Amino acid sequence: MVEPLLSVRNLTATFERHGAPARVVNGISFDIAPGEAVGFVGESGCGKSVTARAILRLAPEGSSIAWGGHILFRGQDLLRLDDAAMTDIRGRHIAMVFQDPMSSLNPVMSVGAQIDDMLIRHAGLSRRAARRRAIELLDLVGIREPASRADDHPHQFSGGMRQRVLIAIAVSCQPALLIADEPTTALDVTVQAQILRLLMRLRRELGMALMLITHDFGVIAGMVERVHVMQHGAIVETGAVDPLFAAPRHAYTRALLAAVPRLDTTAGPA
Amino acid sequence: MRGSMRGCRMTEAASLQAPRRRTTAQVLVTIGLAMMAVLVVVALFGPAIAPYNPTKTSPASLDGPTMAHWLGTDSIGRDVLSRLIVGGRATLLITFVAVAISLAAGLILGLASGYMGGAVDLAIMRVLDVVFAFPVFLLAIAVVAALGPTLGNLILTIAVVYTPTLARVVRGPVLSVKRWDHVEAARSVGIGEFTIAVRHVLPLVISPVLVQTSLTLANTIFTVTALSFLGLGPPPPDPNWGSMLAEARQFMELAPLTVIGPSLAIVFASLTFIVLANGLRDLLDVTAR
Repeated sequence: MVEPLLSVRNLTATFERHGAPARVVNGISFDIAPGEAVGFVGESGCGKSVTARAILRLAPEGSSIAWGGHILFRGQDLLRLDDAAMTDIRGRHIAMVFQDPMSSLNPVMSVGAQIDDMLIRHAGLSRRAARRRAIELLDLVGIREPASRADDHPHQFSGGMRQRVLIAIAVSCQPALLIADEPTTALDVTVQAQILRLLMRLRRELGMALMLITHDFGVIAGMVERVHVMQHGAIVETGAVDPLFAAPRHAYTRALLAAVPRLDTTAGPA
Repeated sequence: MRGSMRGCRMTEAASLQAPRRRTTAQVLVTIGLAMMAVLVVVALFGPAIAPYNPTKTSPASLDGPTMAHWLGTDSIGRDVLSRLIVGGRATLLITFVAVAISLAAGLILGLASGYMGGAVDLAIMRVLDVVFAFPVFLLAIAVVAALGPTLGNLILTIAVVYTPTLARVVRGPVLSVKRWDHVEAARSVGIGEFTIAVRHVLPLVISPVLVQTSLTLANTIFTVTALSFLGLGPPPPDPNWGSMLAEARQFMELAPLTVIGPSLAIVFASLTFIVLANGLRDLLDVTAR
């Protein structure tokens, strides 16, 4: 067994709201091996996004959140790093792609400049070298005419193209782990498949591990090796994709699978 | 998350708004900038373009308008037009420098306060509240009485007085922009907090700040002339619009131009910034959201 890249042990997340603590992640544990793709599935509010953000220690602005347990990344506990060391981890070793590409880019900076900043910050490149690399990255994620598009601002891109840009930013420093939090939920169905294919290709080419979070079993299929099903802040079932699809053991997994709309079955009473 | 999406969509909507309102706004801004160009030329080159030495007296006191003296002369025979131009330089320089200091302080304090939140926010805002609570003139009179009526004291007082307004105008939108998705996205890839505040938050709050700065300039023109009128401005015999009004007041019926001149100049200068503020507000779509 390879040493896991990321090892989460007994993670808890508790929001403080008006003095009353609300525990949204309830002692979950899992491992991600180097280069492995792992899916997290569950309905809205089951704690999957909070789990992903805990790995990067991102607290929602304006709320106070307390984490417990351990998040071991290459042997060091991320929950116990100082802020400066954590900032170095973010983007360089672990990066994240968010749900809404329409609002996740800075609207007043050109997309090229937003990639440049990453490369200058983490790879220590000069602005000129960073721009050359940024254009390569835009090409890598399938933006046509990357050299001229780099100077464009986010509003000049479609949703799918913006998500590609965000992916380019996230993979710019070749992180060991890419967290994708509902990366296709805000996109058109036709674009969803392209983005998922892009993620798979980058994962293969860059040798990244992928943590894919979604509420959609259709997205998980064919993307990941293992799935964790989450409910009420806990992992209720874990398994390889195919056996889990074929024979879900937990009632909640069965319910989630049954909730996927299918075209080939007769619809129930409308 | 929803709030930030709305914010983004609105920024886009701003550039797609009804063309007519946009055209009006562009005209207003153009007029405002043209008027401001006149003021800037006066402020920079006042003594060079004035036809006479503004402090040189002559026996022709309280003359009406002539070809030699377009706006006549004052009670000790000085050329009113020259005094208006050179006096404008003093008034405008005090205004511009004071507002520039206010703006710099307001940006730093407002950004720090809004972005850092918590104890920093509380401390900064309470101090600003104290300053805010003082009436402008009371504070100015107190400072000038305590430290003397120098140009530096006057500028500093006005700068301090207008800092809280600008800091609040910065802080408000910072509170909302710092929750936008792109800020979290930047944080998630290891961009430092200082860079986020300066590059990912500040540029998005700048339009209301521009509008407020323009309004503050209009207010400051009034404050500077009023303080000079009360004798708290730059000392005589150097002219400025406030002290010119004060001197001319007693001869108002004999030589109305000596009062009308500076009055119109003050109105022109404050109108400049109000026109500019209105145009900018519509063009940048600050309140019409």
